[in-house]
Amino acid sequence: MSISEFLSTPAEMCRREGANDRIVMSSRIRLARNLRGFPFPGWAKKADRIKSFEVMRPAVESLPMMAGSFSEAMENLSALEKQILVERHLISREHAAKAAGSGLVLNKAESLCVMINEEDHFRMQALCPGLQLRQAWQSIDELDTALERVLPYAFSPELGYLTACPTNLGTGIRVSAMLHLPALVLAEQMNQIIQAVNKLGLAVRGLYGEGTEALGNVFQVSNQMTLGESEVEIVEKLNKVLAQMIEHEENARATLLEKKPKMVFNHIGRAYGILANAHSISSKETMNLLSLARLGFDLGLFPGIQRSLVDELFVITQPAHLQNAHSEKLSAEARDLLRADMLRERLKPVKRPNPPASPPDAPAAET
Amino acid sequence: MLCNLCKKNEATVHLTQIVAEKMQKVDLCEACSKEKGVSDTTGFSLADLLLGLGAGQELEKGSSAGNELKCPQCGFTQADFKKAGRLGCAECYHTFAEGLEGLLKSMHKGVRHTGKVPQALRQSRELTDKVKSLQKKLEKAIAEENFEQAAVCRDEINQLRQTHGNLLPG
Repeated sequence: MSISEFLSTPAEMCRREGANDRIVMSSRIRLARNLRGFPFPGWAKKADRIKSFEVMRPAVESLPMMAGSFSEAMENLSALEKQILVERHLISREHAAKAAGSGLVLNKAESLCVMINEEDHFRMQALCPGLQLRQAWQSIDELDTALERVLPYAFSPELGYLTACPTNLGTGIRVSAMLHLPALVLAEQMNQIIQAVNKLGLAVRGLYGEGTEALGNVFQVSNQMTLGESEVEIVEKLNKVLAQMIEHEENARATLLEKKPKMVFNHIGRAYGILANAHSISSKETMNLLSLARLGFDLGLFPGIQRSLVDELFVITQPAHLQNAHSEKLSAEARDLLRADMLRERLKPVKRPNPPASPPDAPAAET
Repeated sequence: MLCNLCKKNEATVHLTQIVAEKMQKVDLCEACSKEKGVSDTTGFSLADLLLGLGAGQELEKGSSAGNELKCPQCGFTQADFKKAGRLGCAECYHTFAEGLEGLLKSMHKGVRHTGKVPQALRQSRELTDKVKSLQKKLEKAIAEENFEQAAVCRDEINQLRQTHGNLLPG
């Protein structure tokens, strides 16, 4: 079975729900682990990597929680398939660039994914919709415990789990959440928030992790320090900070609606206008406008549609997903045309945004 | 002021980041800052960049004799670390321990792991502790010529060694 057949459709994927998914798009926890007795993947010779891959892959496949999983070596995946996995946040961009001796094992629910021979021997992650960090920690902790029973990890009582990069040493954990924060961006408060969050030792990044920009007002918040704190302490710290960020975003939405309703409706109306009528549109512009459409949905400006439609458009207008829906190879220009066609088609049943007549009584109405 | 990365061009991008009350500074030229994605302040993490910069020097401080350290397990050297910002194998943490300590201090909350411990190791640690305390008890019993008590301790130790020998050192 190919990965495209294995993956759920974007529509199915976007119907998954979780707590606070109005603002928190997903929660993720990844652990970095290495085998004892093998050099780290980045330093290992190709032969060594292939050897360690042959030990690790069957071990992961044999775990009860990975029953019925998709398992493949990276060299057997096409560039397009790898890019789709990146757009789904199932593998890192770095992993997509790997070839022989690397691979991935993904469970049926797409909630657990183990990258083999990325920067570390194992990069295992649990992905949950909405704000569910405790749930994500529980699932990945179970997977890790099951795996350590069958494979010897590189572990030191003083330094913890030994990782290729000293920034991951100790717990090897990265706890992160993807947040949609359009009001904080519109209200120009985002830089302040980023600085405050940085001071707590947490990082704020763009949509696709390290060194990427915050397309579509989507930000990733994650821990940076991995040594000297326990996993649960890190998870709870993130939970606390995320709860505050959610509150700030909700406050910013309420304040904007109260103080500058025309500015908000103008942005949302224009976004709808372009998305529903353009004949050529880039992926970047699409994401930024869809973010405003999502805000419009949250503010009740698009009655009769589901948020999952907006989220689905977020996914299927990305380059690799768009290419995947077409048999011939598309140039960037051709993709822009097809993207616009698809958006016009999908937004046909969506009526133009309809803001409340005079100053709204209940600005943050959720329905 | 020259760029910290290429050490050729004039630095025009100056970054300061305060993470958990630790201040880190980097000066870069236009080209290097672009390459590192620094122009986008939201998606940028100074720690990742600093690692590539300061790491090599930190490790050099660790080698007092002046001749370059090399990991006996995997052949990895300080120069390799300076280049890659990653280590070669688990043993490298032992080889470069001295130089790494300062680096770890600057990037983490502490320098000792306080999180999860693999189950097998946890069990073996508990067993080792138990055997040790039994051995102490045994010695004390012998010293007090309480041979009945000593025999009980000896049997218990032998029992543990027999059933969990694989988890005990030596």
